[in-house]
Amino acid sequence: MNLEIIGISVLWTFLFGYIMIGSIDFGASFFNAYSLIVEKQHILTKIIQRYLSPVWEVTNVFLVFFFVGIIGFFPKTAFYYGTTLLVPISIGVILLAVRGSYYAFETYGARGHKGYALLYGLSGLLLPASLSIVLTISEGGFITMENGAPVLNYWILFTEPLTWAVVLLSVTAVLYISATFLTWYANQAGDSEATRLMRKYALLWAFPLIITAAGIIVELRGHNPDHYEKLMSLWWMFALSFILFLLTVWFLWKKRNYGSAFILLVIQFALAFFGYGISHYPYLLYPHLTLYDSFTNNAMAISLIVAFILGFCLLVPSLYLLLKLFLFNKQYVSGK
Amino acid sequence: MINEESVFYSRVLTETTLTFHIIYATLGVGVPLMIMIAQWVGIKKNDEHYILLARRWTRGFVITVAVGVVTGTAIGLQLSLLWPNFMELAGHIIALPLFMETFAFFFEAIFLGIYLYTWDRFENQKKHLLLLVPVAIGGSFSAVFITIVNSFMNSPQGFDLVDGKLTNVNPLLAMFNPAMPTKVTHVVVTAYMTAAFVLASIAAFRMLTGSKHVYHKKALFFTMKLGLIFSIATAVIGDFSGKFLAEYQPEKLAAAEWHFETHGEAPLIMWGMLDENNDIKYAIHIPFALSILAHWLPGAVVTGLDQFPEDEIPPLYIHYLFDTMVTIGMGLVVLSLIYWIGVKRGWAFIHSKFFLVLSVLSGPLSMLAIEAGWWLAEVGRQPWILRGIMRTSEAATTNNQVDLMLMLFCGLYIILGIGTIVVMSRMFKRNPVEQELKDREMEKGGVQK
Repeated sequence: MNLEIIGISVLWTFLFGYIMIGSIDFGASFFNAYSLIVEKQHILTKIIQRYLSPVWEVTNVFLVFFFVGIIGFFPKTAFYYGTTLLVPISIGVILLAVRGSYYAFETYGARGHKGYALLYGLSGLLLPASLSIVLTISEGGFITMENGAPVLNYWILFTEPLTWAVVLLSVTAVLYISATFLTWYANQAGDSEATRLMRKYALLWAFPLIITAAGIIVELRGHNPDHYEKLMSLWWMFALSFILFLLTVWFLWKKRNYGSAFILLVIQFALAFFGYGISHYPYLLYPHLTLYDSFTNNAMAISLIVAFILGFCLLVPSLYLLLKLFLFNKQYVSGK
Repeated sequence: MINEESVFYSRVLTETTLTFHIIYATLGVGVPLMIMIAQWVGIKKNDEHYILLARRWTRGFVITVAVGVVTGTAIGLQLSLLWPNFMELAGHIIALPLFMETFAFFFEAIFLGIYLYTWDRFENQKKHLLLLVPVAIGGSFSAVFITIVNSFMNSPQGFDLVDGKLTNVNPLLAMFNPAMPTKVTHVVVTAYMTAAFVLASIAAFRMLTGSKHVYHKKALFFTMKLGLIFSIATAVIGDFSGKFLAEYQPEKLAAAEWHFETHGEAPLIMWGMLDENNDIKYAIHIPFALSILAHWLPGAVVTGLDQFPEDEIPPLYIHYLFDTMVTIGMGLVVLSLIYWIGVKRGWAFIHSKFFLVLSVLSGPLSMLAIEAGWWLAEVGRQPWILRGIMRTSEAATTNNQVDLMLMLFCGLYIILGIGTIVVMSRMFKRNPVEQELKDREMEKGGVQK
């Protein structure tokens, strides 16, 4: 294993971490807003706030970790992605600001503005949509070089079916992941009404999820045949992922083992996410940038990895403490 | 290829983001330490007032931290979005402290979450206080790592450029560059100082608006004392910063001091004006002070702007930024010293309305000094983004939509700024300290019965 692979594996793992815990956060805010509209908020708001408020800043750090890390390990990405993504990422930052300020102003301060909660819920869908555009762009075909500088072609991007397939997948995935997690969390809290509602949402979004996921594979075949070929050679990862998906749905259907259902879901997404990542190798941006021609020098790579290992030793016990207090502590979860 | 318009707007957007972010960042570094000390004093003296001080500060702090997370994420991303060419180069040499900063931030965020939601979950208050230690450490180390990156921009080292190609990169040497010791300590200590004075302003403001409660008196004395300690430390470190500049960035010191010709026995020029021939008018001259600031000795020769090509000299208005920073810093040393002596000696004067007004001003003024300091640091490095290696104009993005993003972010910062003020003032008005003290006593009384 070379340094390039170690670097991208670390980053990809953290991105996966962000996608999972971020999805829980995004989806929860949407369900919260939706329940406000249909006047069911008494069922959900409490559960959501007990879990989300203490951890949202940690969620955000996963994202920061990823983008700081990718500049560290692969500095050339700053040139290609930094130049072209100005608008999409700035919009992402604004959406992040809506979410952060909701926590700051509504839950810590005086709460209760309905419009704000709706905006916050909406940002839960728009943020994954705007961030997922980056994955679409990485497939190539949207960035051209003009006078030696990369330029993003918005017209091609927004008329490309793949773009919308990815956006749809990101939204359905967020809702499905979040609903499944909250089913388990509400069940832990002994709140049967919330459990029933979240289970319903989870089952509702399971089917659209698998349809949009399959849709992406079809669209990719047309857009980037090279990547599609490599994806297909890893068919077993996706097949396994699909089986786990069926198991999760089955548990949800049978109203049992919500905890295992969520763990299976995490593995399901991990398989699909890493399958996608591995088949993307060696490109960071088709066809301009690979892992190898964007990699930093050896001295920096080694010191980053050393810093990562040291940091990780600090992080794991602290994260464990956080989860122990807020996720696995029955008294806290049930609001005592 | 340089896109002049993008360069201009990238600079304005970065300046705007930094100017806004630094308010929250400074409080984020300084306030946890104040909370920690107050809670510790409260436990030690068994004084409910200090504990409540810590609790109320924490409530406000959470809001500033949340906004700071947002603006911090914005500046983190904007570095790559607006300065892609710089980040590509910098990524090779100075990515290590940036990366370490995320860990410090991680650490802080995790323990802040735990601290906030466990106020009454511990029987032993000391255990709860322990949770704040990683928050304060994480906050301060975030500042340390980010400032290391900034110091690298001022005195880059730890690599060789051969025909435009980077070789011999040494990330540790890049981190421990000559600017690092003075810059890092200056940033951290001024954050503590500013936090102390901002909190002092709040206490003084409550006293000025009529609250006679001893709680506010304790708060004011406590924060002024800390403010005094940290402002003296700031002055000492500021002196060392001057010596660093004279050695490694003489053009910045010379421009800030309007020191045009290289000579010895140089006076320190405060305020004043420049006429069309660059002659200084109406300024206060402190004899020998610049030579002492630069090299310890009254006779020492200080390099002037005549030693630099015209296109490598920073704009001369940084003189006023320097003066603002120094004047406020010195003024606050004097203010807090008078207050401290006054309390010890029982001077009635320090309880006068006039003195309280000055104390209310101490917080906003120290924040202004922080802003002036960062503007001085950044504008004073121009035309370079990486001194001597890369010009700001070469570093900027070629993207044409920066002006649009500038408007978008200005709107965002205005909303966040107003939101902070409204939410905080509503929060503390609804729950004044007198009420909260009563409620807490009732609760305790209830338990005993």
